[in-house]
Amino acid sequence: MKCQRCSDKDATVHLKEVSGGELREIHLCESCANEKGFHLVIEHNKLSIASQFIWMAENLYPESSGKVGAVQCSGCGMRYSQFSRAGRVGCEACYDAFQPQLQKILVRVHGATRHKGRTPGSLGDAATAVETAAPPGPRISDLREKLRRAIQNEEYESAATIRDQIRELERETGRPEEDA
Amino acid sequence: MIPILDMVTGPVGWLSGDAPSADRVLSTRVRMARNAKGVRFVGKALPAELESLREQIAERLMETEAFADGHFVKLAELPILDRQFLLERHLVSHDLTGDAGARGLVLAPDEKCSVLLNEEDHVRIQAMAPGLQLKASFEAAREIDQSLEEKIDYAVHDELGYITACPTNIGTGMRASILIHLPALVLSQRIKKILTGIQQVGLTVRGFYGEGSEVVGNFFQISNQVTLGETEEETLTKLERIVEQLVDWEEKAQEVLLRDAQLQVEDKILRALGTLKYSRLLGSQEMIGLLSAVRFAHTLGLRNVPPIPVLNDLLLRCQPAHLQRRAGKEMTSEERNAFRAHTVQEALGVQDVPSREG
Repeated sequence: MKCQRCSDKDATVHLKEVSGGELREIHLCESCANEKGFHLVIEHNKLSIASQFIWMAENLYPESSGKVGAVQCSGCGMRYSQFSRAGRVGCEACYDAFQPQLQKILVRVHGATRHKGRTPGSLGDAATAVETAAPPGPRISDLREKLRRAIQNEEYESAATIRDQIRELERETGRPEEDA
Repeated sequence: MIPILDMVTGPVGWLSGDAPSADRVLSTRVRMARNAKGVRFVGKALPAELESLREQIAERLMETEAFADGHFVKLAELPILDRQFLLERHLVSHDLTGDAGARGLVLAPDEKCSVLLNEEDHVRIQAMAPGLQLKASFEAAREIDQSLEEKIDYAVHDELGYITACPTNIGTGMRASILIHLPALVLSQRIKKILTGIQQVGLTVRGFYGEGSEVVGNFFQISNQVTLGETEEETLTKLERIVEQLVDWEEKAQEVLLRDAQLQVEDKILRALGTLKYSRLLGSQEMIGLLSAVRFAHTLGLRNVPPIPVLNDLLLRCQPAHLQRRAGKEMTSEERNAFRAHTVQEALGVQDVPSREG
């Protein structure tokens, strides 16, 4: 498609706008878009941070990328190959559907795979929390993982201790976890 | 023209320059990404779903104190120039200039607080403040977050925390950033090494406009990259320490410059001021560089320099969409450059620019 303004170069910047109730599409080449002041749009088309990480993760583990492309999320129907192109998932269930691949990406981006901050319902007064933030204690999900490992290794004594810690934490937060 | 945009053409609250460390740190921003449970994300959801979510959230927000006299705009109803205008005010993000879909913006009158709806995530809460005010901004965003939480079930994962469309935001969903001016470190050529170091501790450095934008005029946007595995407090503390460290290094670099090259540096600044005051055509990038030099005069302790709020305001008002809205027409880049030169002269109170009229 040629640029609508100069009719010379290929249009690489595509914009939609509604004016007077009608949808108008505008297709411009990079220099005409720049001339019209849409320079920020052009910059955005450059590789985003997320896609760089996805690219890195996939190229570090190439053995799996062929098969996983077809993996599909049951929540929204997105395929992993679509995610890896767009850099964005389609719904919350995608994180479970693409868990093994996303795990690698999360490690590369964050160096972690487990949330440590606030969650809804566990919120105190934000202002005082900032001032008096104590180092977070063990979390139930962390303990559960430890428990699982202890049982796997047949360390039943420490498993019992961990189980008690979980129970105590659940009492403290008043929130026994649903699948416990 | 949508009347709401006439109400947001003045200076923005977060560039007032009236704040801690405002000579070096222009502004602070804390953004939180949230999504509604059970609603697919923007690429996969039906437009009607997103529109109904938008109405529900906007209605809730307009009841809160932060947005009591606020505005609610549907982005698709705005012409591109107005959307770009909002982008230049850091109120919407880059891809809003494209298909606006079911996107919406809820905006407080002073523009310090805003909530972007159905962009990459269903909800993007944003709190901005002048100078270095990470905790105050966090609390402002947190308050909006809490009032939404009472009405909307967020998508939260047992292990991953707040779920976001992009894995780079998952966990706290929080991105805190500051816009800092580091001319002495640039002049002394130490900046590259320092910025590389910053990236190794989980922070990101970007240009004036955020993701994908280039560094101009010695302005750097520094933000946390990590959102998973750190508490909000840990992230904010880390960023704050780095900023304090940067200010410290900048001060030391400045001392060395003053000791070794005072006249040369001052000469550069005065020439920059001269160009701002007397020119016919002023490009956007050129202007930002010149304003950076004049801003440097403040931290060097020079007197009789245009005040920081005036410099901040020019950075904002001389962007392409701002100029065109003020002129009330579309302009070519040459027309903009002429109008920019004129706008700068007006703001600096220059009366004696040679002209053909009068």
